[in-house]
Amino acid sequence: MAKTRDALIDPLFNNNPIALQVLGICSALAVTTRMDTALVMSAAVVVVTMCSNFFVSALRNQIPTNIRIIVQLTIIASLVIVVDQVLKAYLFELSKQLTVFVGLIITNCIIMGRAEAYAMQNPPGMSLIDGLGNGLGYGAILMITAFVRELLGSGTVFGTTVLPLASEAGWYTPNGLMVLSPAAFFIIGLLIWALRSWKRDQVESE
Amino acid sequence: MQGSVFYNLVFAAIVCVVCAIVVSSSAVALRERQVANQTLDMQRNVLVAAGLAAPDEALEPDEIEARFAPIQQVVIDRQTGAATDISPAGFDPRAAAADPDTSRAAPPNNAGLQRVADQALVYELRDDAGALDLVVLPVHGLGLWGILYGFVALDADLETIRGLTYYEHKETPGLGGEVDNPRWKSLWNGRRAFGPDGVPAIEVIKGLAGPPEDDPYRVDGLAGATMTSRGVTNMLRFWLAEQGFGPYLEALRTRRDG
Repeated sequence: MAKTRDALIDPLFNNNPIALQVLGICSALAVTTRMDTALVMSAAVVVVTMCSNFFVSALRNQIPTNIRIIVQLTIIASLVIVVDQVLKAYLFELSKQLTVFVGLIITNCIIMGRAEAYAMQNPPGMSLIDGLGNGLGYGAILMITAFVRELLGSGTVFGTTVLPLASEAGWYTPNGLMVLSPAAFFIIGLLIWALRSWKRDQVESE
Repeated sequence: MQGSVFYNLVFAAIVCVVCAIVVSSSAVALRERQVANQTLDMQRNVLVAAGLAAPDEALEPDEIEARFAPIQQVVIDRQTGAATDISPAGFDPRAAAADPDTSRAAPPNNAGLQRVADQALVYELRDDAGALDLVVLPVHGLGLWGILYGFVALDADLETIRGLTYYEHKETPGLGGEVDNPRWKSLWNGRRAFGPDGVPAIEVIKGLAGPPEDDPYRVDGLAGATMTSRGVTNMLRFWLAEQGFGPYLEALRTRRDG
């Protein structure tokens, strides 16, 4: 039981894929200008990591070692295409804003990393939980970053006005930097700093 | 057995076939919904440009279809301005612009266009007597990061702009991306597209323009987005002029004036 809990909780704080392993940064920059796109992206990544971990793990004793990477990639790519198709059919508006970034989940190192590092050695059930944990760890960082960027960049949270903009008879002048990609670097950098100040063992030795 | 070349090949083949079946069945199963979504999205954007729907209005699919129903879609020949017998349902403007048989090299322009299609899909709204109420024209052109695709609606006088909307662009959110801002879009209603000499005069300026009555040819610039603002001006001037929809607008005028 404790092992299951660890597989789920560890990637959130102790071994966060973005904050500790610094993987999956590219999409974290691109989709975090608004919280609704970040949420859909997080959900898509959670589904893909869970399923890819599950299937890779289920096949782990059959996958030939010398072609394992390409087999993992085939499974991941298929899952991503299916997710993309579902989004286009049921969440059309948001999928239009996410554009290529859903497709680029294929190249997200977190998913490949978990398939190779965890699912190839562990049974399907545990791999599923590990995928869920890592997806949520990625999603948590995405949501925090998107919250800060949307609030300071557009004065809204999930599209609801929180800070009335000066251009719309309010008082808040939005921070233009926040809607540009570098802002995500700053926020993720600050998050990593905060996390490592709290959990000292994450600091790399000199 | 495991580790042999034969095993690897068989395993790879099975994985590929299974994945291909999953991917293609999801594509086939969801295709109808996706196409419906795209059609609705296009119809919605035409309605927004025409001022028949507010940009931030939440509309049910039936409502969009009901409002779109009176609008006629016509594929026109841009050189002559006449309607063609091409079915609007199967017409893909981007495919037409890419196909050498249905497109030509664009005349020199600063809208960033290389090839333009010979045909175009336009939307006409007519009253019961057949008199034109408004026309919605597709426009596209280069902004800062890529091509912006949108619609501009002209009033029955074929001079006054009813609205402008973009349904696809790659501009910076918060800066050039403000082409989506409903407040900015509302500034277009009532502006005049053509100067007294009949040449497109509409312009997105730097800074603020007056109300349409006093300042008919100018629209507020987008703060921090000079290139996007210029792109909007350039594409409107291209598409509204002789090399764009000039012949078609002329044909509409002739038909109106008898």
